[in-house]
Amino acid sequence: MRNWPGIGAAILVAALTIGTVLTVLIHAETAGHMGSADWSAIRFTVLQALISALISTVIAVPVARALARRKFLGRNVLITLLGAPFILPVIVAILGLLDVFGRNGLLSTIINWFNLPPVHIYGMHGVILAHVFFNLPLATRLILLGWQSIPAEQFRLAAGLGFSARDIGRILERPMLRQVLPGAFMVIFVICTTSFAVALTLGGGPKATTVELAIYQAFRLDFDLGKAALLSLVQLLICTSAALVMLRVQVPHTFGAGLDRTPQLWLNDSPPLKWLDRFWIGASSLFLILPLAMVLIRGLPGLFLMPDGISAAALRSVVVAFCSAMISVTLAYSIAAARHSLGGLRAKLLEATGYLVIAASPLVIGTGLFILLFPITNPQNLALPITALVNAVMALPFGLRTLIPAVADVEQRFGKLADSFELTGWKRLWHLHIPRLRRPLGFTAGLAAALSMGDLGVITLFADPGNATLPLQMYRLMGSYQMGAAAGAALLLLVLSLALFWAFDRGGRMDADA
Amino acid sequence: MKQPIIAAGLFALATNVQAAETPVLTVLTYDSFVSDWGPGPQVEEAFESICDCDLRFESAGDGAALLARLRLEGARTDVDVVLGLDTNLTNAAIKTGLFEEHGQTDIEFDLPITWSDPYFLPFDWGYFAFVYDKKTVPNPPKTMFELAESDLNIVIQDPRSSTPGLGLLLWAQITHGEDATRLWETLSDNIVTVTKGWSEAYGLFLDGEADMVLSYTTSPAYHLIAETDDSKAAALFEEGHYMQVEVAGKVAGSQQSELADQFLSFMVSDRFQSIIPTTNWMYPALTPDAGLPDGFDTLMTPNQALLYSAEQAPVARDEALEIWLNVLSK
Repeated sequence: MRNWPGIGAAILVAALTIGTVLTVLIHAETAGHMGSADWSAIRFTVLQALISALISTVIAVPVARALARRKFLGRNVLITLLGAPFILPVIVAILGLLDVFGRNGLLSTIINWFNLPPVHIYGMHGVILAHVFFNLPLATRLILLGWQSIPAEQFRLAAGLGFSARDIGRILERPMLRQVLPGAFMVIFVICTTSFAVALTLGGGPKATTVELAIYQAFRLDFDLGKAALLSLVQLLICTSAALVMLRVQVPHTFGAGLDRTPQLWLNDSPPLKWLDRFWIGASSLFLILPLAMVLIRGLPGLFLMPDGISAAALRSVVVAFCSAMISVTLAYSIAAARHSLGGLRAKLLEATGYLVIAASPLVIGTGLFILLFPITNPQNLALPITALVNAVMALPFGLRTLIPAVADVEQRFGKLADSFELTGWKRLWHLHIPRLRRPLGFTAGLAAALSMGDLGVITLFADPGNATLPLQMYRLMGSYQMGAAAGAALLLLVLSLALFWAFDRGGRMDADA
Repeated sequence: MKQPIIAAGLFALATNVQAAETPVLTVLTYDSFVSDWGPGPQVEEAFESICDCDLRFESAGDGAALLARLRLEGARTDVDVVLGLDTNLTNAAIKTGLFEEHGQTDIEFDLPITWSDPYFLPFDWGYFAFVYDKKTVPNPPKTMFELAESDLNIVIQDPRSSTPGLGLLLWAQITHGEDATRLWETLSDNIVTVTKGWSEAYGLFLDGEADMVLSYTTSPAYHLIAETDDSKAAALFEEGHYMQVEVAGKVAGSQQSELADQFLSFMVSDRFQSIIPTTNWMYPALTPDAGLPDGFDTLMTPNQALLYSAEQAPVARDEALEIWLNVLSK
């Protein structure tokens, strides 16, 4: 029964997503029904998510390729920084983006020198811009991992055979992309469907109403739990369909065994190719780093304005993030391992369960947990453990995206050898998997840590005023006119999240055996 | 590494429970009330010095979130007092049957309206207004339609997720009623964007993303008193200004009924009321003996205070929201 940890993990995920929705549904006094406004919210949600995911993944391909085949000073720092937008609390990222693209932002200031009117960011294009900002880095990382999964020998062989960049694309890269892209697209699509504050603020008004906002309205304004649960189910349904399509489109592919070395790309280089790569790296870095730099500039003076409680809040957040990372890695590895050894439909079902959770509404998960826990204890006492657990599960899909192909790859290359040594159970985990899965494991842990660091979803429902986390503290500062101190707290949050992400991710990318 | 932390957490939980020998009064309020700059810390200290009890705050996002939270908990709630609902919510709150009458009479509130709600007592109030920077907007509009016809940019909050956002809808509804649709149509090209809550909108305004932001007439007092910055002002609209009255009520069947009563009396006492102006940045429900802080006298005073009664508010809300969504979703 070596699959039980994975199945157990999947059951936990299902309980947190479907279980909480059902809890809310049962608790509802009336059955919810949907009006025309809800249908237009669904249309808008799906449309903006499709476009955002498409643009993010399409741009990520050349960026990831450039990062994969170029070595330059600061490359590692850049790859870590690329993780930053994804983990920022939404409001911090929005303010950073507006400092660049807003009416009073950098871009508007520059074009004002030429007597042009300020940029108008608000609208569908603003929503998409923000979603690309959040998700391009994620797509890049996922695709980059794909590139790194191609054994070094194959690139060397290709170089030896005099392959052009085009040949390498056809023989090596395109099959890899065929395997990696659908998953990356699907993950980003699903993330974008649950967007709320980004869509509203940058969408410029109620035209940009997403399903998540409709859930919020049902819960807050009408206290219509039935409708909140129903809309949440719709959201799950949209995302499940996306996942099913992805699983059909995705073509598994492995490149055969190499000598298990860190890939180092060999190619017959040319100056235009170099410039092309420089362009993609430069443009994407500028796009991603400028808003972050604005968060830095805005936050520096605020660092001196922060209240005493901020360090305690920061410590709380770090502990939660650490626990979250550990839980997430355990869950993701269990599911990935079970998925590999199960095979067939059951395996796909297991994998799909792991993805469900990003489609779930944080508000509905929080509400469901609240209803379940309230009869047992004051939910506020469990605010921190729940934040750790929910975010661990929220990071799971990204962990699975990277771990499932990696486990398959390791097993395909070394599985038979390991079997012949009767390397099973813990020994197999320790000697075969951990050394070879460090990269995706580190990435998963880093993401989970950073996600729970910035969480403002579930925590808000359970918030204990005496035990505020850093993002909650930041939001409270904003609510008390303390915009300067809030900017300082946001910077602290950014730095701590990045440091945690870096520590875990770096741990995974230290290729001592290369 | 993980287990010791969890164990430590459980231990902390257990000791928390044991320490509860002095009576604990639980007050559910909104987040910004309990922040370091909000009234919470001072209120806690002041009340604990007279009550021989432990005042414990629980918090949720804002007024509407408070009510939703209480409804989730239902009659089994540990909450004794809910502080921070407003008159748009009190009708729904009373209907839940979760509140009981406060029994306090003969309080002469300093409100522009007479107060007679048997369930809820006001603790502060304010007028909604568009706040602007005097340097960028030298001639502020004098009516809503003047604003709508100007080319000024405004940022407002979504009524579905924010209390001020809903306040603006009711303001437009009570002043323009039949004409509200046309008002929103004219106003729609002035709206830069709609945010989830007050904090985001005010942040965008301070960043220069909009000329005006929907806030309170008391907002300029914050800049004046806390930052000695007199550049912000609230625009006076001739049609009058909609009010927000923030209230507190006692939860029915509270285990600490007497303490809850004591807290509500404390809330309308001079001690509590004098904390409000420079922490919550609203008008106190009873003007403190020492008067309002310096700077409040510079604030704009509307010609007319507008407010739907608690009974009318839910109906007006549904009408106004439908109009708003119809016009702005086009």
